[in-house]
Amino acid sequence: MISARDITKTFNAGKPNEFTAVSEVTLAIDFHRVTILKGPSGSGKTTLLGIVGCMSRPTSGRIFLGEREITSLPERFLTDIRRRTFGFIFQQFNLIKGLTVLDNVMTPAYPTSERFPSLRKRALETLALFNLEHKADAKVEWLSGGEAQRTAIARSLINNPSIIIADEPTAHLDTKLSHEFMAIMRRLKGEGKTIILSSHDPIVYDSDLADSVVEMRDGRIVSSGPRP
Amino acid sequence: MRDALERQRHILDFTIASLLRRKGKNGSLLAVYTLIIFILASVLFFTHALKREATEVLRETPEIIVQRTMTGRYQPIPLAYADRIRDIRGVITVQPRLWGYYYDGNFLANYTLVVPREDPPEPGKIDIGSGISRIREAYPGDIIGFTGHDGKPRNFSIRKILSDESQLISADLILISEADYRDFSGISADQATDLVLRVRNPKEYTTIAEKITRLLPDSRPIVRTEILRTYDAVFSWRSGLVIVIFSAAALAFVIFAWDKATGLSAEERREIGILKAVGWETSDVLQMKFWEGSAISLTAFLLGMILAYAHVFFASSFLFAPVLKGWSTLYPQFRLVPYVNFGHVAAIFFLTVVPYTVTTIVPSWRAATIDPDAVMR
Repeated sequence: MISARDITKTFNAGKPNEFTAVSEVTLAIDFHRVTILKGPSGSGKTTLLGIVGCMSRPTSGRIFLGEREITSLPERFLTDIRRRTFGFIFQQFNLIKGLTVLDNVMTPAYPTSERFPSLRKRALETLALFNLEHKADAKVEWLSGGEAQRTAIARSLINNPSIIIADEPTAHLDTKLSHEFMAIMRRLKGEGKTIILSSHDPIVYDSDLADSVVEMRDGRIVSSGPRP
Repeated sequence: MRDALERQRHILDFTIASLLRRKGKNGSLLAVYTLIIFILASVLFFTHALKREATEVLRETPEIIVQRTMTGRYQPIPLAYADRIRDIRGVITVQPRLWGYYYDGNFLANYTLVVPREDPPEPGKIDIGSGISRIREAYPGDIIGFTGHDGKPRNFSIRKILSDESQLISADLILISEADYRDFSGISADQATDLVLRVRNPKEYTTIAEKITRLLPDSRPIVRTEILRTYDAVFSWRSGLVIVIFSAAALAFVIFAWDKATGLSAEERREIGILKAVGWETSDVLQMKFWEGSAISLTAFLLGMILAYAHVFFASSFLFAPVLKGWSTLYPQFRLVPYVNFGHVAAIFFLTVVPYTVTTIVPSWRAATIDPDAVMR
């Protein structure tokens, strides 16, 4: 279980533009389940995902990954946890332009010491899961929206993480591609992955895939529980 | 150990792929960087090799030269002075020399006329340097005319063209017989241009010079070390002049490199954020930037050095030889003996490669220490 206890995140503290994105949030996310953070833009979903995924630290409060308290870990350890435990799918995909699909997928594994032939083989196998093996040598800027999304998913899986975090994954997809994305998530859930999605798209939060839906507004949780 | 190497290899692979993506930016940076290294290295190679060559040639310079002066101005020296100087203890030989300059108004060039001690041409014949041969298109057997001191023309037959071995000295040289020189210049039979002395003990140069001044108050002895010092100063001054000019170019490069290296574009910042978000440590990002800076600066350094070496030692320094060599229109066309001072190479390396590499890391370090969640917003 991932536990967030009394999490508050304030940006630009002490400055005139001080802004609290997340305020006193307490949350429990079960492993091997799909949790959806729902709420309008600016409700604090992305900030909370970033904190849960070890991308940033809360201003106050604590995060537990299983039994381990991770909030106070040094940067190096946080990076290591982020690389091994989490796979991120960003709203803007955040693929690195100019590099090939294969290079993008392998990038998260570069700081590991895995031998190149083995890494390449795994990356190609991961691409094959999403029918992208024929695009391995294509530059990412040549991809369609759906292909870019699938490349981003393949990249998030290259280090075989146990938790997938996706921030507004369907924001740039049409209805058909959004359903395709949810189908992939279903497959990953079936493989035992923990999935945390943030979205204000009904295709996502009304999906029968969701085990738990957390609704946020103005940086606070207004409701949480199993999908109604 | 192997793991660390594999990790470095991954980062290096990524760096190369990353560099190749920005061909325009990195290509122009590399071109300007290479140009500056090329210029700096060319100046250093050239001036150093030239000074070395000049020192080698001037090693044959007489130990003491005695001129005659009248109120500080040069005058021909009477041959009788030679006999009096020969009597000074420590002087082995005293030889009178005949030499002078001739300005060729038609070709706007200065020639140096010398009566050689060994193998002088017969009267009516001269040997000329390759520079004169080139400018006047004159070859052995041709007749060449000059205007004498009395305004009357004199014709000479060319015996030979002087060899190219020491063009620095001989490009503008005319070797002429004593009789022809006296007739041409108007110098009387009992006078010479100056006297050259050989002295037994180098430690006595100064003492003998003082004795000559006491014995012949209107004479001016010049010791060889003074000549070498003067040449050294002239070459240093000229190379200094060029270095000052190119310092401006170097400064422009520093501004250019600083701008390119320190000003991370929004795209680069975003990429650093992505790399951190997907699991790269700050140190991984810095290593990547270090490899990137090193790849550009080392490539530019090697290219610049190779081009400078080829320019100076194989292409006769065609770009700035006119500034550094001579003052006549008869620039020597000679190839310097390749000689590289590793102190200079190291100086260029530490003044260019090291600062550039550091300037690429500093802004990346600032960018790499921000939270990776910035890319999510």
